[in-house]
Amino acid sequence: MEFLYYFDEVFTLWAFSMLLLGTVFGLILGATPGLSPTMAVALAIPFTFKMEPAHGLILLGALYTSTVAGGAVSAILLKIPGAPANIATTLDGHAMAKNGDGKRALQLSFLASLFGGVAGVLLLIFTTPILAKWALVFGPSESFWIAILGVTIIGTLGSTSVIKGLLAGCIGLWISTIGFDDILGTQRFIFHSSLAGGINIIPALIGLFAIPQVIAMFAKGRSHEDMEVLEIKPHPLRKAIREVASSRRALGIGTAVGSMIGLIPGVGGQIAGLVAYDQTRNFSPERTKFGTGHPEGIIAAEAANNAMVGPSLVPLLTLSIPGSPTAAVLLGGLIIHGIFPGPNIFRDYPQVVWPFINSMLIGQVLMCVFGLMIAGAAAHVARVPRSVMAAVVLALAVFGSYSVQLSMDDVFVMLILGTGMYFLERYGYSAAPLVLGLILGPIAEGNFVEGAMIAAAQNGIGTYFFTGTLNLTMIAIVVGSIAYSVWLELKNRQMGGV
Amino acid sequence: MQKYQHAIPAGLIALLGLWVAYVSYTQSPAAAFAFPRLVSAVFVVLAVWTFVKALREGADQDGGFTRTEIFKVAPGMILSAAYVFWGAKFFGFYTGTTIAFFILLCLYDPADHQLAKSWVKRVIITAGFMAVMYCLFALILNVYTPREIWS
Repeated sequence: MEFLYYFDEVFTLWAFSMLLLGTVFGLILGATPGLSPTMAVALAIPFTFKMEPAHGLILLGALYTSTVAGGAVSAILLKIPGAPANIATTLDGHAMAKNGDGKRALQLSFLASLFGGVAGVLLLIFTTPILAKWALVFGPSESFWIAILGVTIIGTLGSTSVIKGLLAGCIGLWISTIGFDDILGTQRFIFHSSLAGGINIIPALIGLFAIPQVIAMFAKGRSHEDMEVLEIKPHPLRKAIREVASSRRALGIGTAVGSMIGLIPGVGGQIAGLVAYDQTRNFSPERTKFGTGHPEGIIAAEAANNAMVGPSLVPLLTLSIPGSPTAAVLLGGLIIHGIFPGPNIFRDYPQVVWPFINSMLIGQVLMCVFGLMIAGAAAHVARVPRSVMAAVVLALAVFGSYSVQLSMDDVFVMLILGTGMYFLERYGYSAAPLVLGLILGPIAEGNFVEGAMIAAAQNGIGTYFFTGTLNLTMIAIVVGSIAYSVWLELKNRQMGGV
Repeated sequence: MQKYQHAIPAGLIALLGLWVAYVSYTQSPAAAFAFPRLVSAVFVVLAVWTFVKALREGADQDGGFTRTEIFKVAPGMILSAAYVFWGAKFFGFYTGTTIAFFILLCLYDPADHQLAKSWVKRVIITAGFMAVMYCLFALILNVYTPREIWS
């Protein structure tokens, strides 16, 4: 119950202001098609530099929570998911809005998000310290395999092609080695003087997540977005609360599926929403009504994608393995504030981590309250022209990258990496494993070198890295995740070929 | 050209992998390159595999670009590159950003270029956004930016 001790930290003037700011902006950004939660968090990191670590993380956490929930606004009113996590919400949400019940759909979505989100954060509060205690037994070899596991899982389960996912992870790991070697001070892969200090994580994150979306907006050209403007009729909130409370099956399935998927590194909210929707439909006696504006469809999808947020931070905080691409960006945010996630995080930084986690709990309530208040207005934000969004994001990316070290080199790196990522994405590579490789690379290398030194004094590298229950378990998970993803890919290809 | 669309990027990645492996295995001290050697070995295998697969499958793969897309993307990308690599430093950060922002709006805004109203709207959006950026970065965050051309 240590978290209760730090609860009042969330209600200090600065902390609560950041929470409010993150929640409101997150809802607006989430409602804007094309601005993903990952990109929103990446763009916000430079603004947190001068803040206390706890306040900066509260802002990022609030953005993460509310962008996922805010994505439901455009999913429901415009049939354009604000974030990949809201794809399942469009199925019944937009149908309900088309039937004239847009307000009801939004109310159901925010109330279900609140339920799923609170359950997910409670899971985060109660499981993280247990996992952290268990992870204390990890030595360099186990920590090395954990880092490799993070890159592998997100590269295989989070990508459409296993080989391309793993290859993107390798590129990220290689990029992380650019610059001076930490132990011997040797220059590595420095083909331009500006790379001597290595690639800074923040400009890289901004470039990899924001620039491909900017270019994707360019790719749509000067076309008009023919968005159907739906009328929002009033709907009593009391009725919506009663409706959500009576949808126990959808809430239960959505929350359980979202929480479980959040705990699996690399899977993410998109899958959580779709799996929860599918399972709720399977168990519903009214399954034929799904897709026509059934409330359970909205409730299950939104409960799931918000229930995923809290648990996706469990492996991040205890093992440095992010549960989703947005959690990977949060890892970058933690590192730039000098907080290195791992088993000792609750011992070393309780004054930062607990207020951060507690703020996510309070943030769920604020997200629901503000979401219900500004849902109608957010629909107008969702109609901001693409040309404006592209220009705004590009300018923010340039200013954000520059402000990290006041260096134009960082801006160049941001644009080059981002442009390269856009092209790679078009050929089936995804940014998440590359980012994971970039972030986890130094952790993997540090533990590999340390382990190699210990191994040299003991029985050799082979024995040190490939024996022991924990090492073998993690190697088995790495191999298992690759094998499972290959099997899935082959199965999908066979089904596509039939 | 369409046939080799996937093979070209896969080939470039394979070349990058081979170069990383070459540097890792030829540079010394070996201890400093131990981890890059490990990574590059896997990198090369995966990259070559992807390249061979791209060659074998040819145009039967998802993704890639159409000529129309390239024409739509090119002006924005050229402008972004000119802004980042030259304009931001030459004109100064705020002036360079204002110019780039306005040109981007003109290039991609679907509103009719013949209407005076649409030009006024673009000017107002640019001025409003730049005012917010100036307040945020110069006044609140105190970010020192390259000198403006007019100052």
